[in-house]
Amino acid sequence: MSRAEVADGRGARTAPSALWQLSLFRSEVTTVLRRWRTLALLGVLAAVPVLVGIAVKMETGDGGPSGGDGHGPAFISQISNNGLFLVFASLAATLPFFLPMAVGVVAGDAVAGEAGSGTLRYLLVAPAGRTRLLLAKYASTLVFCLTATLVVAVSALTVGLLLFPVGDVTLISGTQISFGEGLLRAVAIAGVVAASLVGVAAVGLFVSTLTNSGIAAMATTVGLLITAQILDQFPQLHAVQPYLFPHYWLSFADLLREPVYWEPLQRNLGLQALYAAVFGSAAWARFTTKDITV
Amino acid sequence: MARIQPTQGADDTGTPGTGRRKAARYAVPVAVAGVAAATIGFVVPALASTGDPDLPKISAQDLIAKMAKSDVQQASGTVKISTDFGLPSLPSGLSLGDAGKGSGGGKGGDAADPQAKLTELLSGSHTLRIAADGPDKQRFSIVERAAEYTVIHNGDDLWAYDSASDSAHHSKAPKQRDGDGHEVPKDLAGLSPQELAKRALATVDDTTSVTVDGTAKVAGRDAYQLVIKPKGGDSTVGAVRIAVDAKNGVPLKFTLAPKSGKAIVDAGFTKVDFGKPAAKNFSFTPPKGTKVTEDAGKPGKGDDAKLKGKLPGAGELPGLAGLPGLDGGSDASGMKVIGKGWSSIAEIKGPKGAVDKLSEDAKGKGKAGGDAAALLDSFGKKVSGDFGSGRVFSTRIVNVLMTDDGRVYAGAVTKDALVKAADSAK
Repeated sequence: MSRAEVADGRGARTAPSALWQLSLFRSEVTTVLRRWRTLALLGVLAAVPVLVGIAVKMETGDGGPSGGDGHGPAFISQISNNGLFLVFASLAATLPFFLPMAVGVVAGDAVAGEAGSGTLRYLLVAPAGRTRLLLAKYASTLVFCLTATLVVAVSALTVGLLLFPVGDVTLISGTQISFGEGLLRAVAIAGVVAASLVGVAAVGLFVSTLTNSGIAAMATTVGLLITAQILDQFPQLHAVQPYLFPHYWLSFADLLREPVYWEPLQRNLGLQALYAAVFGSAAWARFTTKDITV
Repeated sequence: MARIQPTQGADDTGTPGTGRRKAARYAVPVAVAGVAAATIGFVVPALASTGDPDLPKISAQDLIAKMAKSDVQQASGTVKISTDFGLPSLPSGLSLGDAGKGSGGGKGGDAADPQAKLTELLSGSHTLRIAADGPDKQRFSIVERAAEYTVIHNGDDLWAYDSASDSAHHSKAPKQRDGDGHEVPKDLAGLSPQELAKRALATVDDTTSVTVDGTAKVAGRDAYQLVIKPKGGDSTVGAVRIAVDAKNGVPLKFTLAPKSGKAIVDAGFTKVDFGKPAAKNFSFTPPKGTKVTEDAGKPGKGDDAKLKGKLPGAGELPGLAGLPGLDGGSDASGMKVIGKGWSSIAEIKGPKGAVDKLSEDAKGKGKAGGDAAALLDSFGKKVSGDFGSGRVFSTRIVNVLMTDDGRVYAGAVTKDALVKAADSAK
């Protein structure tokens, strides 16, 4: 009988100190963020605002307005007037696919990757308990969600400040606010975008507990993401769409209205919390009852 | 090496005990999902319809008087409007707006032109946010996906800002306008469902029944339900329901339902606040670099239409303008009104054989033309009677009969009534 069994067994568990728990979480976070794969993902995410910024700059280099006729990506036409909008445009551009894909890769890898490389059993040998390990995995995935979002936002802000004029911000409602307040809203938006990824992270974690192949888990998670995104496009499916996790993703833009339109934001966050609860507990049910053979 | 198993199971590995625990754990996500589904499925509708508030009884007359007296100048809130006229989906290039007000002119190069936006409200669901502070300051905006279209009226200035294309439209408007133009501030004042309600009520006569049908909660406020029903048998209109705020008499919700099926227009506040909106809501300075189109003096018909479109009300909605009862007379020349009240039918004498010519033309142009004729046929259903033959174009509320000899009969009445009218006019 291995120690893991003892550790996880009823009664036999010695409650690890809070510090110890934190160290498990910390080691998970550093493991995730130090991987080359993760760094490459973050690099790609950082490059998106640069590309968008340069493209807009080139097109409007002669000082003319960016020729958006309202059919381009969100916020693209405001960038040339105010660099801060590059943050919103970049988040709007990366949120449908790049960001959740990166999160799907990290979340899908969380458990299945360890199982695939044969390290999961050693993690379980530590007296942490499966629930704690899973929580640490999920928490580190959420840290990655926030990191990835911030990478996009900071990169976009830097490029925006370098390439475009900044100043008072005209919200999409036509109301003008100061640049400082605009910056505050940008921070809030980054928070909402990061929170929008909570659902896909939970789905990824659940998928990750189903298989021992990290690649399979990543592919499944990204596949589910794409499926949900496609289903969200068909008007005929409007009955189920409010329950698809990407449905309210663009609601972060509602923070740019004056007064802020809270309803979709609340729905988005509620839906993400629901996904986190359902798939998080499913992952827990699966992971804590599963035979780990590799 | 031993398999690392989740359970202690020292003596009885893999016995039913393990299975039970497994099942119990899996019950957690199922329970969470179930509770969530139940909450969404049952609690939300229940909340939405909770309780018809207990209000003192009021007669229809008193309620109407209350609406008329209502003088609310300041308000802000969110309006959800869903329209389903059952218009055939037209090929791109044809404006849906034409079906209603006959507003010509498509989308120009000016994305912020209010007229171009008008048609959007004609189908589907939209969320509008409105704010008003007296007769001089109003704003309303259409909430779009990651964008917003805003019209701000402040004193002499009328601004329209389209964030999606970052372009603005400016007119020094209402004062220079005559007649129609003057209605803009008036219509907006006090969110003028009052105006609408007044208009709707002005048509009340012996062909109409007006009753108070219980109470409702709209946007968290107690309201009476006023129901206006045509008595005539020919009308396609089932009922008009207006929810009137019990305290200040402001109409909060407007529903127009046909005889069968779901509402054609359903417009109402989902959130409303009768406090003074912040002053910054009514100021607009075009951001640097924004395309600004100046509207030089020409009366912005589109603006008016647009502004009217925002209100949760009937007469202001293009398409409903066709409702004789609500439209209150027409200025179109060559038009005659047959019948009265809800079942009145407008008769317009057009150029002889206009429709026929159209289809003949279409047929003459080979295959493409044949397609066009087929298209025309797919919109209109052939009918014939003593008057000859023609096509009936129907929407969910307005039916239009175009005879082959160029007469047009339109009204919110059944097809049979149109045919009858055409027969008797012959």
